[in-house]
Amino acid sequence: MAVLEMRDVHLTYHTSEGPVPAVRGVDLSVAEGEVVGVAGESGCGKSTLISTVLRLYPNNATVEGEVLVEGENVFDMKWNRMRAVRWGEAAVVFQGALHSLNPIQRIGKQLAEPILIHEKGATEAKAMKKVRELLEQVNLPARHANAYPHQLSGGQKQRVMIALALSCDPKVLLCDEPTTALDVMVQAQILDLLKGIARDRRMGMVIISHDLSVLATNCDRIAIMYAGRVVEQGNARELFDRPAHPYTQALMGAFPTIGDGQSRYAPSGLAGDPPFPGDLPEGCSFHPRCPRAIDKCKTVDVVLEPIGPRRAAACIRVEQEAAAT
Amino acid sequence: MYPRRAGSSSDVTTLEPELVPTKAENVIEVEDLHVTFAGRGGGTARAVDGVNLAIPKGEIVALVGESGCGKTTLARTILGLEKPASGVVKFHGKPLEYRNRALKKYRKNVQLVLQDPTGSLNPRHSVYEAVAEGPRTHRMDDEAGRVSRAMAQAGLRPPERFFLRYPHELSGGQRQRVVIAGALALAPEVIVADEPVSSLDASVRGEILALLLKLREELGLTLLVVTHDLGLAWNIADRIVVMYLGRVVEQGPTEEVLSNPQHPYTKALLSVVPEMHAVEQIVLLGEPPDPTKIPSGCRFHPRCPSAFEPCKNISPTILSSVIAVGSEALPHEAACHLVNPPPAESR
Repeated sequence: MAVLEMRDVHLTYHTSEGPVPAVRGVDLSVAEGEVVGVAGESGCGKSTLISTVLRLYPNNATVEGEVLVEGENVFDMKWNRMRAVRWGEAAVVFQGALHSLNPIQRIGKQLAEPILIHEKGATEAKAMKKVRELLEQVNLPARHANAYPHQLSGGQKQRVMIALALSCDPKVLLCDEPTTALDVMVQAQILDLLKGIARDRRMGMVIISHDLSVLATNCDRIAIMYAGRVVEQGNARELFDRPAHPYTQALMGAFPTIGDGQSRYAPSGLAGDPPFPGDLPEGCSFHPRCPRAIDKCKTVDVVLEPIGPRRAAACIRVEQEAAAT
Repeated sequence: MYPRRAGSSSDVTTLEPELVPTKAENVIEVEDLHVTFAGRGGGTARAVDGVNLAIPKGEIVALVGESGCGKTTLARTILGLEKPASGVVKFHGKPLEYRNRALKKYRKNVQLVLQDPTGSLNPRHSVYEAVAEGPRTHRMDDEAGRVSRAMAQAGLRPPERFFLRYPHELSGGQRQRVVIAGALALAPEVIVADEPVSSLDASVRGEILALLLKLREELGLTLLVVTHDLGLAWNIADRIVVMYLGRVVEQGPTEEVLSNPQHPYTKALLSVVPEMHAVEQIVLLGEPPDPTKIPSGCRFHPRCPSAFEPCKNISPTILSSVIAVGSEALPHEAACHLVNPPPAESR
């Protein structure tokens, strides 16, 4: 069963300069124990998409579509129910975790806070017992409950942030760039930990990253976002081995395969910037930057079409090739 | 001079390494460098603990390692921002002097580019002012000409279009180009770049790296790139220097170090690069130890998956910096007992 299901989700910010459609019709489902990666450049709507799950978007935003957390649409929830779903059913590990902890409170106290607020019949002693268990689950010694954030390293703080998100045993964990500020070795440790948690607790997990290679080795499925839409999705391995959409191909080229002679002394990137969501180009929103664009791309707005078993891409060129073979 | 291809010149390789003229061609040399800080609780943190390093003219050298391995401290010491406890930093064979005037002159030649362009730029200074700051400080002539040339070199074309913009009006990639232009405005010989692309988007990353390669080609710039990203090293670096806890543990030509790593630490670093599916991941536990309490013997032994008896008390030999510039025999060496077994009598 899908623990998280998004159906045709739209989110528009209403600003003084007019409406800014940041998310434009996204479907995404995450099953129990499944890890789904969402990749794309800054400004493509990844974090905004995550914000719809717990209704964390600002007041000037309007949403459409459905976001079902364990079958219940969060957009229809009363405020009290929404508060219970936050932490209890779904939790977020935010970007920039290194600055998200309160510097003048002990780690244990910060971890106990959501437990005391959200769990029925929780006492100080019970909460502290759970805090110690949580710390051990993220491979930190329980004595760190007495530490202050500045006494921990970046990787340790990120583990605390993960423990915090797990404190009320949610069914869905949303991780926004969980390893971006971390070192390679610590990144590998944290991703191993997250994978283990999803498997052991049968949680649904969404990991957002701009680094596609991080997702490829750690996710079951991947969705690539561009200008507020999913432009390609599929099984992580397959998508990584045979990227179809030119945007996915460009993202993959940015992180070279070590040992591959083609990328030696030849870093590859993608010229230009993603479009401002309030002023999208006509046709396919990627066409101004696309190395394979044809005239038709300037006028025809493409949508996600199946291109194989459990694979889909939003690109005319890919469809043409699929039809030709 | 690059990329080095084995066997393309045979007469030089027959020379003994010490016979090859090295001094003239190394822009920067670091000899037996130690940098210490007063640690919390009275100890002394040995951030850089005996490093030899040579940066030949026109080469791109990648300095890699985990956070806390001393790579940033080493880079700062090379820039004259930290004074070593012992050892020397040499620029064109001459030891660095730590008088203000000498340092100012030195820094005109050796410039720094930092990780986060948003943090490096003053939000209230226009792009022109940001790039012109260096030439003004050094009272150089033809300020406007220098600024536009530097901006064009950094890929901000046409420069005039960017002069009056402010950092918040630029994308992340453009901001980093402004920072690079600021360094180029002084026509330096060397640029030290500390994680130049790690705060940038995947798509921009390749463009900035391509720019660094182009600058080396067109201006003959020498680059020291401090990074934890081995993919970056594969993309642009001629040579890799791997640091762990204040020491160089492995160094050599990029292809050799990355395709045939010798030191267990380099092997582990390489195995966790997400795209290396072929190898089994060696995820090291924990983080580098506190530099106030460096382990005995080989400093990597408590985390090393292949440590054996001698590693606990015999320290591996410090790697030398005698890089035979101009010869094809750029050595690939590792400070590890598995690679160079310790002499029997010292066991």
